[in-house]
Amino acid sequence: MSDTAGQQHPLGIYLKIWLLLFVLSTLSYLVDYFQFQGYLRWSLILIFMFLKAGFIIAIFMHLQWERLSLKYVLFLPTLAIVVLIILMAIEGDYTELTRFFYFDRDPNALPLPPPAH
Amino acid sequence: MSTDPAGTSSFEEPGLGGVVADWASDKQAFDMPWGKLMMWIFLLSDTFIFSIFLTGYMTVRISATDPWPNPSEVFALTIFGNHMPLILIAIMTFVLITSSGTMALAVNYAYRGDKRKTVMLITATALLGASFVGMQAFEWTKLIVDEGVRPWGNPMGAAQFGSTFFMITGFHGLHVSAGVIYLAIVARKVARGDYDQKGYDIVEIAGLYWHFVDLVWVFIFAFYYLW
Repeated sequence: MSDTAGQQHPLGIYLKIWLLLFVLSTLSYLVDYFQFQGYLRWSLILIFMFLKAGFIIAIFMHLQWERLSLKYVLFLPTLAIVVLIILMAIEGDYTELTRFFYFDRDPNALPLPPPAH
Repeated sequence: MSTDPAGTSSFEEPGLGGVVADWASDKQAFDMPWGKLMMWIFLLSDTFIFSIFLTGYMTVRISATDPWPNPSEVFALTIFGNHMPLILIAIMTFVLITSSGTMALAVNYAYRGDKRKTVMLITATALLGASFVGMQAFEWTKLIVDEGVRPWGNPMGAAQFGSTFFMITGFHGLHVSAGVIYLAIVARKVARGDYDQKGYDIVEIAGLYWHFVDLVWVFIFAFYYLW
């Protein structure tokens, strides 16, 4: 039973995951550096984000070696957050449409650059 | 660890049957130090807080009719004459990941009983965390003084940019600062030999907190700076 003896694993796996996290961070920075836009940008950001988060939770936080009971305690309540995100995305879209409709805003306006200095 | 006379523990049962056994048997449901379980529960609640912040940010950004300021431009720096988009945030990300790595190694060396390496690695983690907070202070100063970003407005576009930025990164920065203090205390106690008798679970528990802070940054980096 790994828990009672503490989480003991070979050093190699930490170093490999560490390196992998560096690579993934670099890749997600490059998404911005090369200015990918649209669905390509969003899907790449999400893929790199979930991979990084997964490796941190599974290896660095040792969750992959923990009991299924603990995983359920952590992941089942989190499903409520997914529901919240879906509901709020719908609500946000509705609010934006109402504002365009009643406040006569320009949907294609572009942000101004930061002030020069 | 409880072992029944037959020599087979219900804890050894994998999968769904193991979940039933953990909860139904006449013993504690989670076979781990109570501090570690409580840290996990705390991190779960913290997950909810950060999720609610980020969801609020999402709602506000979707519904804002003024254009959202381009983070790539807002957080750009000019270094040696080169215009680098988002470079400070990239460096902060690398610093935090490095600190996560040193913390993972610290936990490993703690369980191996190598006190000297453990103290050194925890101290390195705390120093990297402190430098992260320092860079964040620099970032905030630049944003407030040079770019004129306020919680109620900014010269670039949607006013909600400032309020969500200060709230989310501020709350995360607070977590990093608290983590630095927490790690400094744990490092001192390890060095003093407080855990020689009771075991080094405390280092793993502190590690869980620190990895969580890094984890939250992964989401903030993706949703706030890159999106």
